[in-house]
Amino acid sequence: MTIVRRIRSLVGSDAVLETDGTGPPRVAPRSEEEAALILRTASEAGWRVRIEGARSWSHEDAPADVALTTQRLSDIPYLDPADLVATAQAGVRWNDLRGALADQGAWVALDPPGTGRTVGSVVAAATAGPLRGAFGNVRDHILGLTLVTGDGRVVRPGGRVVKNVAGFDLAKLATGSFGVFGVITSVTLRLRAVPRADMTLVATGMRDALLGAARRILDAGITPGALELLAPTDTQATDWTLAVRLLGAGAEVQAMRDAAGGAAGLALAELPARESAQLWSDIRAGAESGPTTVRLGTLPSALAGALDLLAHHLPEAWLSVTVGSGTIRWSGDATHDGVKLLRHQAAQQEMPLTLERAPWSVREAIGHFGAYREGVGRLVGQLRRAFDPHGTLVVPVDSAP
Amino acid sequence: MTIPAGVLASLSDIVGPGWVRHSGSELETFAGDGLPTHRSRPGAVVIPGTREEVIRVVQTLASHSIPFVARGAGTGLSGGALASDDAVLVVLTRLTRILEVDPANRLAVVEPGVVNVRLTAAAAPHGLHYAPDPSSQTVCTIGGNVAENAGGPHCLKYGVTTNHVLELEAVLPDGSVATLGSRNGEQWGPDLVGLFVGSEGLFGIATRITVRLTPVPNAVRTLLADFAALRTAGEAVSAIIRSGLVPAALEMMDRNCIGVVEASIYAAGYPTDAAAVLLVELDGADDDAVAAECEEVEQLLRESGARTVRVARDEAERARLWQGRKKAFGALGRLSSDLVVQDTVVPRSALPDVLERVEAIGNELGIDVANVFHAGDGNLHPNMAFDADDEAAVDRVERASAAIMEVCVAAGGTITGEHGVGSDKRRYMPLMFDADTLGAMHAVRLVFDPAEISNPGKVLPAHACREWKMGVALG
Repeated sequence: MTIVRRIRSLVGSDAVLETDGTGPPRVAPRSEEEAALILRTASEAGWRVRIEGARSWSHEDAPADVALTTQRLSDIPYLDPADLVATAQAGVRWNDLRGALADQGAWVALDPPGTGRTVGSVVAAATAGPLRGAFGNVRDHILGLTLVTGDGRVVRPGGRVVKNVAGFDLAKLATGSFGVFGVITSVTLRLRAVPRADMTLVATGMRDALLGAARRILDAGITPGALELLAPTDTQATDWTLAVRLLGAGAEVQAMRDAAGGAAGLALAELPARESAQLWSDIRAGAESGPTTVRLGTLPSALAGALDLLAHHLPEAWLSVTVGSGTIRWSGDATHDGVKLLRHQAAQQEMPLTLERAPWSVREAIGHFGAYREGVGRLVGQLRRAFDPHGTLVVPVDSAP
Repeated sequence: MTIPAGVLASLSDIVGPGWVRHSGSELETFAGDGLPTHRSRPGAVVIPGTREEVIRVVQTLASHSIPFVARGAGTGLSGGALASDDAVLVVLTRLTRILEVDPANRLAVVEPGVVNVRLTAAAAPHGLHYAPDPSSQTVCTIGGNVAENAGGPHCLKYGVTTNHVLELEAVLPDGSVATLGSRNGEQWGPDLVGLFVGSEGLFGIATRITVRLTPVPNAVRTLLADFAALRTAGEAVSAIIRSGLVPAALEMMDRNCIGVVEASIYAAGYPTDAAAVLLVELDGADDDAVAAECEEVEQLLRESGARTVRVARDEAERARLWQGRKKAFGALGRLSSDLVVQDTVVPRSALPDVLERVEAIGNELGIDVANVFHAGDGNLHPNMAFDADDEAAVDRVERASAAIMEVCVAAGGTITGEHGVGSDKRRYMPLMFDADTLGAMHAVRLVFDPAEISNPGKVLPAHACREWKMGVALG
């Protein structure tokens, strides 16, 4: 029996999507149970499966026998604006989730890069955006999730409450693992009330002058919602841009504006609301402007050196720096050798480089992570075998040998 | 005592003979933690003085397949640091060095035996603090906080331990060393730091811990509101959460707890005729902004039915209001020889109903339940005073605990919010998790500890995971 016929017999004909005939058959489970059935069968039969979301961010080009898409897992089954908790299925578009929450006066304090991504994509890649400096990484917003493992078991760590230490935190293990342990099918998120005031201040100038200003803002004990440094290529200007986003109650934001202006030691201009929304939206879009996007983590005090290192190995392209968390994101066209060399150099300075997205040839060659510390590679390999014993999921987390 | 003499001699060679305990009376000191219903005397106790000694101790024990249990200050409330007589307790209270405070990057590197409040004191000159503040913070250690993923009153705004740990050096149960995470918070692979924090000592021993530090707020306001009914107080909590204001802390005490606190040396001036009091703290960078939020909260409390609302006028009054809350467990300890501090979490909107159910459970079993808890997180701490020598009393407390767990899980909550599963709550894990989820947890445990010698008999119920086929090529 062909793979397509086997899948049709398992979950029905309409679960198999029409394709243009170029890729593997695409199957869209409508429930966790269907996803589990498909993966269990794949694991037993030795099929190779790739996971797909909205196909907007990742290159869905991994060689596979089956593409499993989350597009029909598109419900928000639970949304409690009083408790500030929501559960979204993996195929829900992040923008749709944002809209549904906004209707209830709530939000997730994350602004992930990309324009059309799904909840599953954001969580699997752990791509927080500029808000990370103040609100933490993706993992800090997740209360629980459902993971269908590579061999088709349904695992539900965590829960729906904001504090929970029952059992091991497998939700953190799955978040940011690029699907290597399984398909994330739904996520329960911690919400916040929409801030009453949202103000963006900007300054332009030389890179290191702006970095210095940003550091002075942080040193003054101010924690802006976002503190983002943008390369000239992003804004088609000649100078770098520092964008400071202040969120909170009205009086608090006014006070932060005054304090930030004083601490920065340079003029910060307030952007009108529409321009400010455009700026943050441009940053989300810019992060997928090239075929490859990498994330480099460093300490806030080491950012200048890290930027120099990156500029030495990768071509000039879109680049943005979340100063508070010491995160650099670059998107452009890179060879795998360039990224690999940068990763190697960065690792020696304790700076992990994550390949967030890239064409298959680059992902296959250097992996999403690829630079482990002593003892860690063995743990990751064994964890992988525990969740996906037959290597069903095509996820290149490591460098090719 | 079942630890072979040869092993004791090896341990003595590593740490010095004065730091190995194996006689009956010496071991008795280490037979309990903060959970009075469980006691267990370890086979031996070893107290290493350096990380190198910890590594060698674990290597020695692993090579003899001897189970071991890491222990900090012994303030845990779930029996997580208890060792049986075939196991060695590895006490980390001599590893007390603060290795680095880096104010520019808002982080610190510490050894596991550093007492929580000492880290905050070390960060204070830089205008920073370590935010997670369990009630035991004057004695509990950062290593224990990492093992249990400890919380505290101010975690409502600032997050629990796991949100503050960046990097961990861990001695794995086979004696090898792995560094998980990085000091900038970016991972080298899947999030093994997030997995390790809260693993209750089953994945190994953290020997070096890098944590995030947080700016000390410039402005703080503390309010106390009292209510004629528990339900009204619970509804006031929901109103505040719904409003979008994020208090630094939002704590509740019920009538039983208020009475005990006010009769003790920790009396804080709480009205003893109230059914409940709420302690609300607001903080921020700017005094006027915090004052404005304070007024708004005061208004919300009044609208929600508070009888009176008092705003602390100065630091002394604020400290006094907090003293009653922070020392409530101490005050409750005076009621009887033993005290069980339970720990569950429910959705915040379920608080009024669940509090009534908990009260009813206490009445049915003839137990005075005193509630003092992190209301803003929905994190309940029903306290039950009893005499551990009275078997019938112990039985009633256990039955009440089980009933409370069931009520909280049925309300959409969890069996523990910050104290851990330990020995005490393994039996409740199936209320939360199905067989495949428990199986996955066991499979992960086996990756870190294939011989299951690191803190055996904790967290996972014994029958948990027979079904999970291990595809792991171990070793």
